[in-house]
Amino acid sequence: MPPTSQANARPGIPALPASAARSARTPRRWRPSRQTAGLLYAAPTAVIVAVFFLVPLALVAWMSLHEWPLIGEPTLNAPANYTGIADNPLFGDAVLFTLKYTILVTVVLFGAAFGLALLVQRPRFGVGVFRTAFFLPGAVGFATASLLFYGLLSRDVGPLNPILTALGILDHPVSFVGGTANLALGSSIGLVVWRFAGFNMLILLTGLQAIPDDLYEAATVDGAGRWPQFRHITLPLMRPTIALVLILMITGSLLAFDQFYILTNGGPDNSTTSIVMVIVREAFTRFDLGSAAAVSVVVLAALIVLNTVQLRVLRRGDRPEDR
Amino acid sequence: MRGPRLFARTSYYTTMSGLAILFLFPLVWASWASVKPNPSSGQSGYGFGNFLRLAHYGQGLTTYLTNSLLVTALTVAGTVVVATLGGYAFARFRFRGRDLLFLATLAILMVPYPTLLIPLYVLLGWLGLSNSLVGLALVLIMFQLPFAAFIMRNSFEAVPRELDEAAMLDGCTSFMVLTRILLHAVRPGLVTIGLFAFLAAWSDFVVPLILISSPDKFPLPVAVVNMQQLVFGSIDYAVLEAGVVVLALPCVLLFLILQRGYVRGFMSGSLRG
Repeated sequence: MPPTSQANARPGIPALPASAARSARTPRRWRPSRQTAGLLYAAPTAVIVAVFFLVPLALVAWMSLHEWPLIGEPTLNAPANYTGIADNPLFGDAVLFTLKYTILVTVVLFGAAFGLALLVQRPRFGVGVFRTAFFLPGAVGFATASLLFYGLLSRDVGPLNPILTALGILDHPVSFVGGTANLALGSSIGLVVWRFAGFNMLILLTGLQAIPDDLYEAATVDGAGRWPQFRHITLPLMRPTIALVLILMITGSLLAFDQFYILTNGGPDNSTTSIVMVIVREAFTRFDLGSAAAVSVVVLAALIVLNTVQLRVLRRGDRPEDR
Repeated sequence: MRGPRLFARTSYYTTMSGLAILFLFPLVWASWASVKPNPSSGQSGYGFGNFLRLAHYGQGLTTYLTNSLLVTALTVAGTVVVATLGGYAFARFRFRGRDLLFLATLAILMVPYPTLLIPLYVLLGWLGLSNSLVGLALVLIMFQLPFAAFIMRNSFEAVPRELDEAAMLDGCTSFMVLTRILLHAVRPGLVTIGLFAFLAAWSDFVVPLILISSPDKFPLPVAVVNMQQLVFGSIDYAVLEAGVVVLALPCVLLFLILQRGYVRGFMSGSLRG
C-alpha cells in the first residue's frame, strides 16, 4: 500500500502540509478517517462475502471429510466420501452425460447466438424490436422457462405434435420430454437455446460493436469481400468476447440442473441425469451431505482446472505472434 | 441496382420476422394455454378459471406470492444497499484489504452454486436461519453481489472526483456526499442492479429448493414445480401454464420498461470484464 493518501495523489488538490490545508473556517477532519470510512462502507460486503461465501467454501471441504447425515452428528470418515464417488455408478454416467450435453449445447447455442448477433449488428429500421424479441425469453426465469416447455412439448396439450404431424414430419405423436434419451436431450437443448440465445447474442453484440467501422471500410476499399472481412477482421477482434461467451456457456452447461430436474426429471432411465442432479440426490434423497460435499469439491476443482486451461489457451491466441 | 437490394431487404425482414415469431411463440402459447377452455377445471370458455384453480392450490397462491414478494423485496433492497456502499468504498476509498475483498467478491462467480449450497444448508441451520426466507434472501444477495458490486464500482468511478471534493470542501461528510450527490449520479447503475436482483430473486428455483423445506414457506417457482411433480394421475397443464404466466409476466413487463438500464449495465459489465 503506497504511503501517500489518495487525496494527495489527486490532481487539483495541492499536497499542502496538513496544517496549511486545514483552514480556520472549515476544519477538515475527514482526511484522517478516510481509511476507517472506507472500511465501514465495505463492511456489509465483507460480512456477506465472509459468512455466505468464504465460510461455506471452507465448510464444504470439512464436510467432505465426514460422514455427515442430514440429521445427526457428523463423524470423521475421510477419505470414504471421495473413494465412494468412484463406486457410485450414477456419477460416472452423469459425468459422461454432462460432458456430451456441454459439447452439444455449446456448439448449438454459440452458433445460434453468434448468428443472431450478426443479424442484428447494424442499426437499421426495426432492429431494436428484433433484439428485444430475441432477448425477451432471457427475462423469464430459467425454472419458469423449463415449466413452460414442459407444457409446450407435452404430448397432451403441446402444439408441437399437431403442427409436426400436420406438416408430415411425424406420423404419430411423440413424447418429447420423456420418449427417448435423444428426444429428452434434444428438448433440453431446445429449451436452453430459446432461453439463452438472446442473452449471449447481447454479449457478442457488444464485442461486434466495439470493432471500429473504418476497419471494414478500409477492407472494402481494398476489395475484400464479406467472408474475408469476417475471417480476418471480425473473428480475430472478437476473440476476447468469444472467449468470455464460451467460458460462460461451458461453465453453465457443466452445472446444468433446472432443465433436467424440471423438464426431463433426469429420465428416461436416468439418461439425462447431470452432475448437479447427482449432488442434490446425494444430499436430499440419500441424506448423505458428506458425499454431496465431496462431489461438490471435485466439481469445483475440475472447473478451476478447466477455466484455467481455457483462459490460458484463449489468452495465448490473443498475442499476435501466435496467430 | 434496386431489384437486388429490394430482394435482399425483403429476405432479411422475412427471416428476422420468422425468427422473432419463433422466439416469441412459446410466451404467446403459454398465455393462450392459461386462459383457453379447460374441461378439467370446469372452464367452458376463455377466462381465468385456471388462475382460480391455481389460487387454491396447496397453501394457496397468496401464500406463495407473499413468500416470493418478501424474498424478492429483501434481496433487491439488500443487494442495492450492500452493493452501493461497497461500490462507493471500492471506487473512492483506500483501505487495508480493499483489493483482496474485491477479488473475493468476484470469486463468487467462479464457484459452482451447488458447492456453496450444500454447506450453506448446514451453516444456515447453525445460524438459526434454516428454512427461513431471510436466510434465503441473504444467500441470494451473496449470489448477486459480484455483478452488483462490480457495476456499482464502475458507476462510482465514472463520476468525476471533483464533485466529491467540492462537496467535501463545503463541509460535507463522505456519507453526505454519497446520499446527496453521488446517488443521483449513479442512478442508472442502481436501476441495473435492482432489475437484475429482481429477475434473479423472483425466478430463482434451485436455492429455495435446497434451503426451504416447509411448503408454507415455498416461493412461487418451487410451489409450481411441486405442483408439476407431485400430482398424482394426470397433470393439469392449463393450471401449470397459469403458474408460468404468473411467474413470467412481472419479469417480462419489468424488462420491457427498464430495458435500457438492463442493456446499459450489461454493456459496461461485459466490456470491462
